[in-house]
Amino acid sequence: METVVFGLFAALALVSALVVVTHKSPIYSTLALVLTLFSVAVLFVLLGAPFLGALQVLVYAGAIVVLFLFVIMLLNVQKEEMSHVGSSGQLWAALLAAVVFVGMLGLTFWRAGSPAVSPLTPESVSLKGLAAELFGTYLLPFEIVGLLLLVAVIGATVAARRPSELGPIREDEYVSGDEPRTDPLKSGPDPHRPSVAEPAYQSSQREAS
Amino acid sequence: MNPEIVAPLLKYAVMFAVFINVAPIMNWVERRACAFIQDRPGPNRVGPLGLFQPVADALKFMFKEDVTPTAADKPLYLMAPALALLPAFTTFVVIPFGPDIAAAGRTFRLVVADVDTGVLLFLALSSLSVYSLVMAGYASNNKFSLLGSIRASAQLISYELALTIAVLAVILPVGSFHLSDVVAYQRTHLWNFIPQLIGFLVFLIASFAETNRLPFDLPEAESELVAGFHTEYGAMRFALFFQAEYTNMAALSALGVTLYFGGWSLPGIEYPHNLLGAALGLATLVAKIAFCMVVYVWIRWTFPRFRYDQLMRLGWKVLLPLAILNLILVAAMTLAGWL
Repeated sequence: METVVFGLFAALALVSALVVVTHKSPIYSTLALVLTLFSVAVLFVLLGAPFLGALQVLVYAGAIVVLFLFVIMLLNVQKEEMSHVGSSGQLWAALLAAVVFVGMLGLTFWRAGSPAVSPLTPESVSLKGLAAELFGTYLLPFEIVGLLLLVAVIGATVAARRPSELGPIREDEYVSGDEPRTDPLKSGPDPHRPSVAEPAYQSSQREAS
Repeated sequence: MNPEIVAPLLKYAVMFAVFINVAPIMNWVERRACAFIQDRPGPNRVGPLGLFQPVADALKFMFKEDVTPTAADKPLYLMAPALALLPAFTTFVVIPFGPDIAAAGRTFRLVVADVDTGVLLFLALSSLSVYSLVMAGYASNNKFSLLGSIRASAQLISYELALTIAVLAVILPVGSFHLSDVVAYQRTHLWNFIPQLIGFLVFLIASFAETNRLPFDLPEAESELVAGFHTEYGAMRFALFFQAEYTNMAALSALGVTLYFGGWSLPGIEYPHNLLGAALGLATLVAKIAFCMVVYVWIRWTFPRFRYDQLMRLGWKVLLPLAILNLILVAAMTLAGWL
């Protein structure tokens, strides 16, 4: 029974992963990615790590891939018209990544054979075991990863900022019903609005800049 | 007759029987209640009080022509409504619906799937429900559908965060993801909605957004998007979306009453550990879910729809900080031993 389920979902994971990289339509690729992630989650559960399986579905399939879909639909990306495989830089980068990946895989298999590495026990992948490892043994790497994510979030926010500080935005640029895109703290009051008494700190700020 | 296999199937059958009937009953309740709120009679021709109206509607859905738009992306278009039902009819497996019962010399826990990850499994499965909406909107090849899908994906992500953090705060003092343990905890303590009022309000608001109900029904806003993601769907395929929406509402209500209102239990009452106790537990749970469903209807016909930017601002700038504040408060109270 377990072997059948394993075979089914392992095959599903591989096939859908192939679809992800080969399908022309980005929407189909993304939906196949969901299937891959779901199949891998089932494999996690089969290996006795239901917590990892649930998190895999909740975080990856349930949130991150939805964001991919959101971006694809928002930009209205159509079917890929010509293949990009021709660009040589990408080819070399992909080859390098593949070599590194195969090396890591080989290293894992090689080390798994030696007696120095003990196999995972049900206790170590249970919720308590995982938490103890994550917040005990591996606290520093865990915190560093958290910091990395924070940096990524701040970076994305800075990159996505509207260039409102560069100058006032013209009236025709904002959609009716939308809020004016100027930030009054940064750029001073909206020139198109009847002005009320201007707070002193704003005028001094503008003179300074 | 291996009880290891028969017992879960039987329990699933019981829960399925409850949840499959939600949509037809709610169809009648929704229309009668909205008519009552708007001071008009509502559907009252088919059967006494119009009670057979859902049957008439179901027959109509079945006999209508099933149209597939020529420009639609066929496989996705046909798959989307079926996929909508999948999370709707799997999430409730982790909801406990009665006391442990002793039968045939064994004890049975009245949960379909008594797994370690309990509430996480619920959240994981329900987070997949957005894919059917996205697929439906994209595959219909219609600008209103596409807009509805884009809104749905952004909205569900935004509110899922607040919802999950609110749920996390309930798990904290209990110390277990098993929903049975959450119910057991509430039998010895106050119901969770009293110490965690902020968390409960966040959960309530986010659950309206998660199920695309007014005031957050932006993905299908009739006045702007015709019918949003299901504009191009008719006949039974539309009915499947309808069914999924109401089943999702009931499942989320079941989670809400289990987390905050004692689930199948009532304070100070001990149900017998036999079939009678099971029936009483199930009846209590269903009564609580029914109350939540009425609240859903009541809110829908009372509040206007949010604007899209208001929706996003509420989700990210109000609900998320409130949920985190609630989590910190609960963590502090748990550490201090007050909970």
